[in-house]
Amino acid sequence: MTEVASTATPKLPRGVRLRRDEVRDEWLLLAPERVLKPDAIAVKVLELCDGQRTVEGIVDELAAAFAAPREQIDTDVKKMLADLANKRVLDLA
Amino acid sequence: MNDMTVPSPDQATRVPPPAPLGMLAELTHRCPLSCPYCSNPVELDKRSGELDTETWKRVFSEAASMGVLHLHLSGGEPTARKDIVELTAHAVKVGLYTNLITSGIGVQREKLEELADAGLDHVQLSIQDALPDNADKIAGLKGAHEKKRVFAGWVLELGLPLTINAVIHRGNIENIEALVSMALEFGARRVEIAHSQYYGWALENREMLMPTREQVMRAAATVDRLREELEGKLVIDAVVPDYYARRPKPCVGGWGKQSLNVTPQGKVLPCHAAETIEHLQFDYVTEKSLSEIWTNGSAFEAYRGTSWMKEPCTSCPRKEIDFGGCRCQALAITGDPRNADPACSLSPFHAKITSLAMKAAAKDGTDYIYRRFGAKPGQARVEITRNNAPV
Repeated sequence: MTEVASTATPKLPRGVRLRRDEVRDEWLLLAPERVLKPDAIAVKVLELCDGQRTVEGIVDELAAAFAAPREQIDTDVKKMLADLANKRVLDLA
Repeated sequence: MNDMTVPSPDQATRVPPPAPLGMLAELTHRCPLSCPYCSNPVELDKRSGELDTETWKRVFSEAASMGVLHLHLSGGEPTARKDIVELTAHAVKVGLYTNLITSGIGVQREKLEELADAGLDHVQLSIQDALPDNADKIAGLKGAHEKKRVFAGWVLELGLPLTINAVIHRGNIENIEALVSMALEFGARRVEIAHSQYYGWALENREMLMPTREQVMRAAATVDRLREELEGKLVIDAVVPDYYARRPKPCVGGWGKQSLNVTPQGKVLPCHAAETIEHLQFDYVTEKSLSEIWTNGSAFEAYRGTSWMKEPCTSCPRKEIDFGGCRCQALAITGDPRNADPACSLSPFHAKITSLAMKAAAKDGTDYIYRRFGAKPGQARVEITRNNAPV
């Protein structure tokens, strides 16, 4: 399993698009031959994956926004990012 | 053939089908390669009958508003269309995810750059083998493999994501590991190890393409191992060889459920090979809207859902999982498209497909019938003895 460093600056590579699908009324992550359906929290995370923010920064923002324990968010976010990186739909660099 | 009449759905209680996820636009059947496993029909559409630019643009707009997400720009070789950049730009504008399925041959760097600038999302490049000479033999074009290597380099330089597609058959099945290494070397993020499916030209060439069961088992083990080793570096997607399967593939994700094809002339098909089911009537985008065809077209209605099924499918707990497999394969091997796909071990014809596979695999050699214009189904072999193979 890919390790996600707190200093990584994740972003969606070209060929992967987060978009609102008006016909189905839901958020979709479009990748080559793949359609992923991120839940509301995943969409929040993906919107922050701009290649500028660090994972640490993303976790801080989410902890503040959701008033949730930072440690739990850190674990969840890293797990999600690692999973997407393994599927090659997210670059961690 | 009277018992194959399509049951007419009860319009009053009918729920409209969900929107399709993907559309394959076969922009042209023209192609610089002549691969013997080509899934195009044996009788290819001529250039003179191809849809014009404005019609394709309208079809893309209609697809996007229906809810199509992925648009696969395919063929033949889609870049053989002079308007490929204009078509791609339009598809991007209306919000479709654009995937160029290309041989990489005959595409200039400038053209690829224009496509990248137009917003093309992804490139899928075919590779015939890891060994250049054999790759060229399969493609039916000398020097093709080297051109593909150069093309892959441009894709990377332009920052476009790359998938390598390798159709697997007897002539390259021992080289899967080398093919995957080549995909990595070419800079791909994803590779498709797609065992040949026996439709169109591949059906004509079945005896030249079919691997043995042992080869297929070894290939599957290799793919499993490589997938584990390369996790996070390269996604490996596999299309399984169904002549040796126990359960059928959920063909096209279910008939009229997820995807549709538009042929160069604008005929709308539920799958690549649907035209082989002769009693089906297909609609053209030049006559009706795409949405009308998808929702009410008789060819789409014919095998949508499960009400058309016969035993062993009707009472099968997997009928919503694999939808009885492939209609075209059921027709080709059992004579009735409503039968279970004979790839299923529950099919009374299962022994027949296994025996066909084993007989074909026992043949030797790679005397391919190359894809070409002017052939008719079942007669491609006769044609090729008069018109020599391209290599």
